[in-house]
Amino acid sequence: MYRYQDFDRAFLAERNAQFRAQVERRIDGSLTEDEFKPLRLMNGLYLQLHAYMLRVAIPYGSLRSAQMRQLAMISERWDRGYGHFTTRQNIQYNWPELRDVPDMLDALAEVGMHAIQTSGNTVRNVTADHFAGAAADEVADPRPYAELLRQWSTDHPEFQFLPRKFKIAVTGAEADRAVIRAHDIGLQLVEKDGEIGFRVLVGGGLGRTPVIGKVITDFVSEAELLPYVEAILNVYNRFGRRDNKYKARIKITVNEEGIDKIREEVDAVFVRTRDEFTGFGDVLDRIKADFAPPALEEGRGTQAYSDAYEQSPVFRSWADTNLTAHRDADHAIVTISLKAHGATPGDATADQMRLMAELAERYGHDELRISHEQNVILPHVHRADLPEVHARLSEAGLGTANVGLASDIIACPGMDYCALATARSIPIAQEIATRVDELKIEHEVGHVQIKISGCINACGHHHVGHIGILGLDRAGVENYQITIGGAAGSDAALGTRTGPGFPAEEIVPAIERILTTYLDLRCDAAETFIEAYRRVGMAPFKTALYDKEQSRDAA
Amino acid sequence: MPPRSFSPKVVTANRLLEGDAVWLTPSGRWSPDMREADLIEDEGRAAERLAEAESQAGLVVGPYLADAKAGPGGPEPTHFREAFRARGPSNYRLGKQAELTGS
Ligand code: HEM
Ligand code: SF4
Repeated sequence: MYRYQDFDRAFLAERNAQFRAQVERRIDGSLTEDEFKPLRLMNGLYLQLHAYMLRVAIPYGSLRSAQMRQLAMISERWDRGYGHFTTRQNIQYNWPELRDVPDMLDALAEVGMHAIQTSGNTVRNVTADHFAGAAADEVADPRPYAELLRQWSTDHPEFQFLPRKFKIAVTGAEADRAVIRAHDIGLQLVEKDGEIGFRVLVGGGLGRTPVIGKVITDFVSEAELLPYVEAILNVYNRFGRRDNKYKARIKITVNEEGIDKIREEVDAVFVRTRDEFTGFGDVLDRIKADFAPPALEEGRGTQAYSDAYEQSPVFRSWADTNLTAHRDADHAIVTISLKAHGATPGDATADQMRLMAELAERYGHDELRISHEQNVILPHVHRADLPEVHARLSEAGLGTANVGLASDIIACPGMDYCALATARSIPIAQEIATRVDELKIEHEVGHVQIKISGCINACGHHHVGHIGILGLDRAGVENYQITIGGAAGSDAALGTRTGPGFPAEEIVPAIERILTTYLDLRCDAAETFIEAYRRVGMAPFKTALYDKEQSRDAA
Repeated sequence: MPPRSFSPKVVTANRLLEGDAVWLTPSGRWSPDMREADLIEDEGRAAERLAEAESQAGLVVGPYLADAKAGPGGPEPTHFREAFRARGPSNYRLGKQAELTGS
């Protein structure tokens, strides 16, 4: 994994010292709130409903054990002993006090972490496939490119005042686990005639105007990635709508100008940026060396795994849902669910963070990942160690076997924390998970993604949920609108509204009706929820949701 | 001329240092307990009190007028957003619900 150089350390130390001084000047009255607010936002500090909130970047979702331990320490020393992992591969602390934040940032810097560019109209934390470097299906590890982009865009003068925030995601595999189609730029590593390059998508985004990204080029070589991205940002800087915040994202620019026109403009600028580009010297090679794959154990049997799989139904159930194929058959990728039924999606206590750090150190080559699905991943675990890993996780309340199932819900903080929210999301997620657990139907239902946002900003990705839930304020009452048919992977699609929304006390039964309707109408157990929806369309779900007779029967 | 109808308000903000929600009391103190807030029934007075709050940038951030109604223990929220601010999040017993006695 990337290790900070002296340059990064000096840069962070300077930024933190500046921010410490800015906080002092705000407190002693030399800075007004209007002056201070953009400064604190540049350093990831928001003011929410009940307290400040510090958003810390976890670049491409990768963490070492020492970093996870530090996150735990910070949560105990300056917060309330837990952290919230988000869809943007960040961690948020919900209760810091203003005076403590400079100390928190210093503590982060000790382990090479920071909160810079987690806010503002800049290139945000570059996200990547959380299975990067481990997945059986990838062309190459996307993280070196994410890191290259991070280094290049951090504090880049041309990109500090973009028309609006700018989000880039990179994946190394065809199966899109980084939701690249919902990012301003999505990069997919591809191989063409033995050469590594990128398929580039542009103009994806969620928020109040959701758009699926469009392919701007099918191939740009590794060497030309930076000048190509620079060309896109340059065109965006010129054409982006600075007059209207709601039209300022590149997705609107692409929609208004058309992808062909944007492609023409980008190609024209690219001629220049490519010429001016002097190459990245050995920077990429050095970064790649930092991401060298771990030395995997060879020749050790996996009998312990097979035995546990045969003998323990609990282990088998967990193995079936929470493990993913590793490129090495003797290893597995472990997804640790932060979605215990009834718990807050994405939250981990300090003790849980320390346990995950310990397991990563002992059994997982010191690597942890945060997924946009708000779970934690141990990317390289030998199969023989899985029974022990599972046992330790279970003791800590981290053994829930539900990854990819109905209770593995993405939920934004919603009105329990967020100042922009129009309704709550967390309690809805908690209640749905509790309900499907009571009914014991989620293993039968199988793969379905439920995603919840507490307002149209769509931080909870509801548009691309198989089932999306959007919380709104309807005349002073929380009301929830359902969409069906969205998808976040390489089959990305925006969901369609089912019809009128539901009040808080009716939303869980409504979701239950959708799930049982699917069970009734699917061809067989192999047909997933989204496949069934694509076959039958909205009509049966609408009937189940709105037909009075039926809803009374179900109630 | 009868006064235009004005729905009662409280002045609320977040504390600069702690970041938590506070309400302006009749005596001009900032209280973490909404029930101690000054319930303002008059539009002119609301504007005055808001201006007073805005002059205290060293203590609070983002003061605004929020709708409220009289309750047995003091002013109460009328909208759920303000109810959450007065109580704390629903997923943990943190914030006001844990910090204030008698709530
Ligand atoms: C203080 C809390 C937050 C604020 C103020 C906030 C603000 C916003 C705003 C204004 C947008 C709309 C952007 C646009 O359409 O141009 C947005 C989008 C988004 N935010 Fe947040 N957000 C918050 C928390 C979160 C959290 C906790 C997550 C992750 C769980 C998150 C992830 C996202 C994502 C994925 C999008 C949609 C993707 C896109 O940018 O198009 N945000 N956020
Ligand atoms: S979707 Fe809305 S409520 Fe949820 S975190 Fe984003 S801004 Fe807040």
